[in-house]
Amino acid sequence: MLLLVPAVTFEMKNVRLCIIDKDMTPESRGLISKLEGSKFFKITFSSFSETEANNMLHRNKFDIILSIPSDFGKDILTERPAKIMASVDAVNASTAQLSWAYLNGVLRDYNAILLTENMKSTPMEPIPQIQITNRYWYNEMLNYKHYMLPGILGILVTAIGFLLAGLNMVREKEVGTIEQINVTPVRKHQFIIAKMVPFLIIGMIDLSLGLIIGKLVFNIPFVGSIVLLFMSSFIFLIAVLGLALFVSTFSGTQQQYMFVAFFCMIIFILMSGIFTPYESMPAWAQDFNLINPVAHLMRINRMVMLKGSTIHDIRMELYSLIIIAIAFTTLAVRRYRKTA
Amino acid sequence: MDNRVIIVKNLVKKFGNFIANDNLSFEVFKGEIFGFLGANGAGKTTAIRILSGLSSPTSGEVLVAGVDASKKPEAIKKQIGYMCQKFSLYEDLTVKENIMLYGGIYGMTKSLIKERTDDLLEKLNFREYGNKFIADLPLGLRQKLAFSVAVFHEPKIVFLDEPTGGVDPITRRQFWEMIYETAERGITVFVTTHYMDEAEYCDRISIMSEGRIVALDTPENLKKQYGADSVEEVFIKIARPN
Repeated sequence: MLLLVPAVTFEMKNVRLCIIDKDMTPESRGLISKLEGSKFFKITFSSFSETEANNMLHRNKFDIILSIPSDFGKDILTERPAKIMASVDAVNASTAQLSWAYLNGVLRDYNAILLTENMKSTPMEPIPQIQITNRYWYNEMLNYKHYMLPGILGILVTAIGFLLAGLNMVREKEVGTIEQINVTPVRKHQFIIAKMVPFLIIGMIDLSLGLIIGKLVFNIPFVGSIVLLFMSSFIFLIAVLGLALFVSTFSGTQQQYMFVAFFCMIIFILMSGIFTPYESMPAWAQDFNLINPVAHLMRINRMVMLKGSTIHDIRMELYSLIIIAIAFTTLAVRRYRKTA
Repeated sequence: MDNRVIIVKNLVKKFGNFIANDNLSFEVFKGEIFGFLGANGAGKTTAIRILSGLSSPTSGEVLVAGVDASKKPEAIKKQIGYMCQKFSLYEDLTVKENIMLYGGIYGMTKSLIKERTDDLLEKLNFREYGNKFIADLPLGLRQKLAFSVAVFHEPKIVFLDEPTGGVDPITRRQFWEMIYETAERGITVFVTTHYMDEAEYCDRISIMSEGRIVALDTPENLKKQYGADSVEEVFIKIARPN
C-alpha cells in the first residue's frame, strides 16, 4: 500500500516536452517560459531539427513536440493569427488527451496575457490569437485498447513464467523428487536450465496466441517487427523465470510460494506502467522500475507494436532486461543448493 | 586391493545444539548388505544423507567410494544410487520416461538406456507397464521400480532409506530378492529399516540410539552377545535398556 498508492497514480505530472523554437523572439520565449512554469510540463529537450525531434519521440524520449515556426513572433506583432504545431505521442490515449488539454490550457492563458497587453496599446485592434494544430501520433484514433493490449500481452507472459515455473519447482520439493535429483550428479545450472526451457516454450506459444487474438478480435495495429517482440519477450521471460526459481528456493510449500509470487507480481505489474505512465511516477518508483523487468517489457511491447520502434530504439530497455535476466538466473543457480 | 567402500571415522553432525550424529565410526565392504537400524530420530537419515552427499558433516572423516564426502559431495553422487522414504519417481512421467530421465542424468548413452530398459522391464514382468504413468501403478510396483532406477546406472553403492515402508509382505519378500541379486553383482547395499525380520537378511547390522552406534556386528553374533532369539529382541534390549 505504502508503495503502490503514490506510484500507481492517474495524475499527470512531468509530461516531457520537446520544443522546436525556430523563432527565438521574445514572444516565443514568453510561451516557453509559461510552459516551463507549469507543473505538468517539463521541457526535456529543445532542438532545431524536426527530424531529430521526431526520431526521439520515436524512442520515447518525450511525449509532445511543440514546434514554433519562424514567423511566430512576427505574426503576433503584426496581429495575424500565429500558428504552432504540437505532435503528441498517443500510444497511451488517455495521457495524450489529458496532456493535450493541459497544453491548450497553457496556451489559453498565454493568449489572454497577449490580449491584455495589446488592449493597453491598441484597444481597437482585432484580437491576435495563437492557433494550435495538433496531431496524435502512433495511435491516431486514440483507441485505449491499442494501448492496453501490448501491456496485457506482457502480463500474460509474466504470469506464465512466474506462477508455473515457481510452482513446478516447489511441487518437486513437496513430492520429494527434488531429493532424488539432488542425489544425482546433475549440475546446478543444468537443472535450472531444464526448469526454464519448457516455460520459455510455453511462454512463446502464449504470446503467439495473444497476438493472434489481438489481431483477430481487436484488430490491433502491429507496425514493428514481430521478431523483435518475440526476442524481447524471450529475454524477459528468462529474467522472470530466474526470479521465480530464486523465490521458489525460499518456499517449502505451494501455498507459501503462491503468496510470495502474488505479492511480487502485483507490485511488478502495477508499478510497470501498464496503467500509470512511467513518467508520472515519483522518482523512487522510477528507480525501482530499473530492476522491474515488467516495466521494461511494457515499454518495449508498446514501442514495438504501436510505434514500430527498431532494435536501436529499444536498446536501453533490452540491455536492462539482459542484465536483469543474467542477475536473477545467477541468483537462482546460486541459491539452489544440492548439499545442505 | 582395499575392498572397503565406505569408511566413516568420528563423524559428527550437529544442528545447532542438537547432536544428530555423535562420533560415528564404521566401515562397509564391497558387495555387503549393511543394515542400519535405530528408533525414529536416532540419526539414521542424517547419516545416510551425509553419506550420499546431500548434507555435509560438521566434523570427522567420511570416505564413500574413495571420495571425501565433506570436500567433494558431487563426486560421490556419480558413484551411488539412492532411494528414499518418500517416493521419488516423477508421477506424471511414464515408467520409460523416468528411466530415460535418470539414465540421462547419469550420462548413460541412449542405446545403453534402451537396452537396459528392455532387460529391466522383462525381468520385472513390467512389459505392459512401460508406457504407463507412475501415478497409475500400485505402490509395491512403484517401490520395485524406484529401486531398479536407483541401481540402473550400476553404482558402487546404493542407499535405501526405509525402502519397504507401507509395502505388503509379498512385495517386501520380492524386494529383498532384488536386494540380494544386486549385492551379488558387487553393488554394496546400505539399507535402513524398521522391520526387524528384514534386519535378519543383512550381512551386518548396526543399531543406532540417540545419535550413536551402540552395536555393530552380524545378526548372528549380536543375538549371541545379547542372548536373544531374534534381532527384534536385540533391538529392544539396546534401544530400551530399561
